[in-house]
Formats: sequence, C-alpha cells, structure tokens
Amino acid sequence: MTSKRKWLSAPYTLWSLVFIIIPLCMIFYYGLTDKTGAFTLENITAIATAEHARALRLSILLSLISTLICFLLAYPLAMILANMKVSQHSFIILIFILPMWMNFLLRTLAWQTLLEKSGVINSILTFLHLPNINIINTPYAIILGMVYNFLPFMVLPLYNALSKIDENVVNAARDLGADNLHTFFRIILPLSVPGIISGISMVFVPALTTFVISSLLGGSKILLIGNVIDQEFTQASNWHLGSGLSIVLMLFIILNMIASAVFDKEGEGSML
Amino acid sequence: MRNAVKKLYIALIFLFLYAPIATLMVLSFNASKTRAKWGGFTFKWYAQLVHNDDILRALGNTLLIALLSSVIATVIGTIACIAMNNMKKRTRTIMMGITNIPMLNADIVTGISLMLLFISFGFRFGLGTILLSHITFNIPYVILSVMPRMKQLNPSIYEAALDLGATPVAAFFRVVFPDLMPGILSGFLMAFTMSLDDFIITHFTKGAGVDTLSTKIYTEVRKGIKPEMYALSTIIFAAVLALLLLVNAAPEKREKN
Repeated sequence: MTSKRKWLSAPYTLWSLVFIIIPLCMIFYYGLTDKTGAFTLENITAIATAEHARALRLSILLSLISTLICFLLAYPLAMILANMKVSQHSFIILIFILPMWMNFLLRTLAWQTLLEKSGVINSILTFLHLPNINIINTPYAIILGMVYNFLPFMVLPLYNALSKIDENVVNAARDLGADNLHTFFRIILPLSVPGIISGISMVFVPALTTFVISSLLGGSKILLIGNVIDQEFTQASNWHLGSGLSIVLMLFIILNMIASAVFDKEGEGSML
Repeated sequence: MRNAVKKLYIALIFLFLYAPIATLMVLSFNASKTRAKWGGFTFKWYAQLVHNDDILRALGNTLLIALLSSVIATVIGTIACIAMNNMKKRTRTIMMGITNIPMLNADIVTGISLMLLFISFGFRFGLGTILLSHITFNIPYVILSVMPRMKQLNPSIYEAALDLGATPVAAFFRVVFPDLMPGILSGFLMAFTMSLDDFIITHFTKGAGVDTLSTKIYTEVRKGIKPEMYALSTIIFAAVLALLLLVNAAPEKREKN
C-alpha cells in the first residue's frame, strides 16, 4: 500500500524536475556562458551599462509605485468586502477573475481608447469643463496599466486574510476599550500581514518584469527591463545576454519568495 | 452616510475594472474601422467573424490548449496532492516550495526558461510546446486549490471503506473524490482561465505560424486590431457571464425545491 502511494508522486515529481527545475538551470547555464560556451560573468555585469541600468531603475520605480497604489486602493476595498459577510465567498473572487475572460492585451489596449487626447475620458472631462489629462505614452499610463492589471492580485489575498480574522478577537479589543484606530493598527493590520506580503509579491513581480504593458501604453520609447530581455530573445537572438539579465531579475524574485516564506508560513494569504 | 461612502468606493473600483471591458464591447459595434472615432452602430463585425479563418484558427488553438492543459494539469495536480498528503512533512514542504516557483516567478522568466529547454533538447516549436508550458504553469493552481480540501479530509473514512471491502481505487472514487470535488473543480476553472488569458509564456514557447488569440492580437497591435477581434471577445465574455449567472442561480433553485 505505502509503496503504491509513493509511486503516486512520480508524475508530478518528474514533471516539475523536467519543466521547472531543469529550465531554471538552463537560464543559469546560458547566463553564465558566452557564445563559445566558456564561463563568463559579462552577461550579468551587462546590467551596469547605462541603457540596461536605466531600464532596471525605471522598472523598479514604476513597479514600486504601482504596488503602493494597488495596496492603498485594495486594503479599504478588501476590508469593506470582508465585512459585508457575503454568503458566497466564491462570488467575490469571481468578480475579480471575470475580467480575465476578456483578453489581457485587449483590455490593456482599451485604455488607449480611454486615455487618448480625444479619447473617452477627455471627452467627459471637456464636457464637465475640467482640464484634460494627457498621460498616454508616458510612464503614468504604464503605472495605470499595471495598477489596472494587477489590482485583483492584491485584493484577493487581502480579502482572504481579512475574512479569516476571528470577529471575537476584534470584539474583545473593543470590549477592552480600544477605539477604531487602535483596533485597526493593533489587531486587524498585524493579523492581515500574510495577505499583505502575498499581495505585494503578487503585484510587484509581474509589474517589475512586464514588457507588454510598457509596449502597449508607453509608446515604443519607454524601455523597461522586461522589454530589454524580450528584445534580446525575440529580436537580437542573444540568449546569453537575455539569460544573464534574467538572472539579475531573479534576485528580486528570490528576495520576494523569501519574504513570503518568512511571513506567510501557512499559506494564509494565498489567492484562492 | 458611511455606508454610502463604502458603496461609492466599491462602485468606483468596479468602474475602473470594467470600463475597458465596456469600451471593447462598444467598439465591437462600431461601424468605423479605427477605434478612435464612432461611426455608427453595426453588427457587421459579428457577421464577418464567421469568415475570418485566421481568427477562428487562433480561437480553436486557444480553446484546445486551454482545455487540454487544464484537464491534464488537474489530473497530475490531484494525484500529486494525494501523494503529498502521505509524505513526510519535510518532503512535502520541499514539494510545495517547488510548486510555488511558477506562481511566484515572473512569467517572462518562466517563458524563456522553457524556451531554452525546448531549444536545447530539440523540441519542435508548435502547439505541443505551448501545451507543455501551459500544463506546467497550470499545475500549481490545481494543487493550491485541492490541497486545502485534502487537509480537511478525515483519513478514517477512507480506511473504513477499505475495511468494508472496497478496493483502494473504488474507495478513492466513491469516498475521497466526492469530498475533493469542489477543490478540483475550482482548480480546473482557475487553470482554464489562466491558460486562456496567458500571453507572455505562449509568446516565448510558440513556433512560427502557430498563434493563439493572445499572440495574434500582439502581432496585430502595430497594424491595428481587426474589429472582428472585439466582436469575438465580446461573445466569449458574454457567454462566460451567462454561464456563471446560470451556475450561481442553480443552487438557489435547488434549495427552494
């Protein structure tokens, strides 16, 4: 019986070895060698060249800003939703996943129509005699695209963490004389930390590494580190340089993984 | 007053999330070919969609990959959950750590890592490589939805079934499986949705000449998106919405009866 059950783990173990572990090793192999196959650190130190460093700095800046905006928008929303005591937990999740059934690229492109000089939003603003906004093809439009695309990934872990908080704990704090502000900062916020950490990494990593949002909303002039890597692979065919730059990106991702492992041991802040 | 503020806040967030979707739906009825101006109401893009072989082929590929990858991922993921449930805590932690890699890793890194794997081992790029990649990033969604259900399971029930003479396979399908079903179903749906909406990983693992809807849209961006594409996505979205409303309405009816 036990031997049979051990055998059950074989398909997935094999699958993750071939399609998760080995591919990651391939990135390190390509990133640490040159075209002749000799060991080199050049592909990694290439991040320090002016063009690449600028792309990385801009990526970090934009993704930090969008993560912060997502957090500030999502936390109150998740609190309201968690307090609504909706009978169907899955219904809330559904509302946020539903937009994904409209293609991600089309949804992002729709923002062009909304944001353009004579677009929908500016027509409304003109009608209301308000000043127009001209953010299309600027970093601001990229931030908006990031917030739009990744907001659900912040809301869902926060909502999950907040709706798991025992109401009695909150009531106990109130009974003991804590006002709203104290209850929030001493009870609710600390108990939602797993959700916060999970939400931050679910937004920060895709925002840091995106190349689609920047090429759709930022015009073609703004290069993020994701665009640079994409170009190395699809246009320049310089897989070694592309892999080397990806290794640099992976440092940020690994830092993120460590943070979630430390703060969210039980997987309480998971998305589902 | 406070309730009104809360409702307004929720409404604004939903406006933000659904405004682009409404825009695309409006564009699908726009008679003018450019998305910049409104040229009157028309159904012609819906009519032309049926004759656009390129888009229909991409749709076929997208649905085929989404269905196959989510079914295969569901089977592998569910079996993996059963196996992991019986593992020592340490081995299980390692396995869950590996499961989290595709979830936490950036899509672009996952995409190029698979691309390098396929190149190095001489795979022929095409539907097959897209399928393998989609299964890979779908399995974690299944495991993460089934695992919590697995932990709630009472092992004595399974043993009781064995004591009563059921074979292990029968005991699994008659006793354990029904309890896991909600987790398996939501994992499957999540996997299907993720596969359908994926662009980045498909972008790196597809071959020349093979397109899914996402990669087709990406190549069309510079030339201008064909309005038929808006029509198609409106149909897909409306169909899913109708299906979900139907599914959500069904349990209530049952309770009333």
